[in-house]
Amino acid sequence: MVKYFLGQSVLRSSWDQVFAAFWQRYPNPYSKHVLTEDIVHREVTPDQKLLSRRLLTKTNRMPRWAERLFPANVAHSVYILEDSIVDPQNQTMTTFTWNINHARLMVVEERCVYCVNSDNSGWTEIRREAWVSSSLFGVSRAVQEFGLARFKSNVTKTMKGFEYILAKLQGEAPSKSLVETAKEAKEKAKDLASKAATKKQQQQQQFV
Amino acid sequence: MNSVGEACTDMKREYDQCFNRWFAEKFLKGDGSGDPCTDLFKRYQQCVQKAIKEKEIPIEGLEFMGRGKEKPESSS
Repeated sequence: MVKYFLGQSVLRSSWDQVFAAFWQRYPNPYSKHVLTEDIVHREVTPDQKLLSRRLLTKTNRMPRWAERLFPANVAHSVYILEDSIVDPQNQTMTTFTWNINHARLMVVEERCVYCVNSDNSGWTEIRREAWVSSSLFGVSRAVQEFGLARFKSNVTKTMKGFEYILAKLQGEAPSKSLVETAKEAKEKAKDLASKAATKKQQQQQQFV
Repeated sequence: MNSVGEACTDMKREYDQCFNRWFAEKFLKGDGSGDPCTDLFKRYQQCVQKAIKEKEIPIEGLEFMGRGKEKPESSS
């Protein structure tokens, strides 16, 4: 199950100013959670596009209940990669950003497209999509499915048990397991043998 | 801004300064040739890639824009 986000923002600056600012936006007063920033790949393609990969580390801020549930995740910062394509000829930039650790807990992916604002060519609009997913959804689904399977198996046992006891109370020959049948036969044989022994003793006594 | 490799921060800042100038004055104006920052970039990369390996940051083998390409284009 994935949570989807779609949003649009406008910056009242021209596309070239925004694209230049993109590389200079850290640090700023709102980025105290961003600890490090590095370019780890960069190239200009033959068709004059700039491809870059930026590595960021950010603090891992979780609510207290999450810290208690996932203590192993608390100590580690989050590593995030941001891939970007700057296309100055078309005046657009596309970015894709996602976390490369803590992924078993949660993955957040964001795709942005920056382009000239359709109403005002001196402005820049950002179309932002995000996908938030967690494999914990898979765990909770597995727990539910196991619970249901075990419940159904117990219902079968319940009904068999009912049928057994009803048949017994109503005097029908209930179908029993081989072990039960063998055990009962053994008990019955012992019983008959002891009765026969008692009878023989009594007969012998009579003849004396 | 600091680099993930503490020893690389100065090299990163030097490279960033060079890049920002080239990006605004040349690249965005259509002149993507002649990147004057290649030497600075090489030095910086040697340092930072080493730090990344030492810290075991898992950036290897990830396709550029990888999972972003699989994502459906949402309807506007």
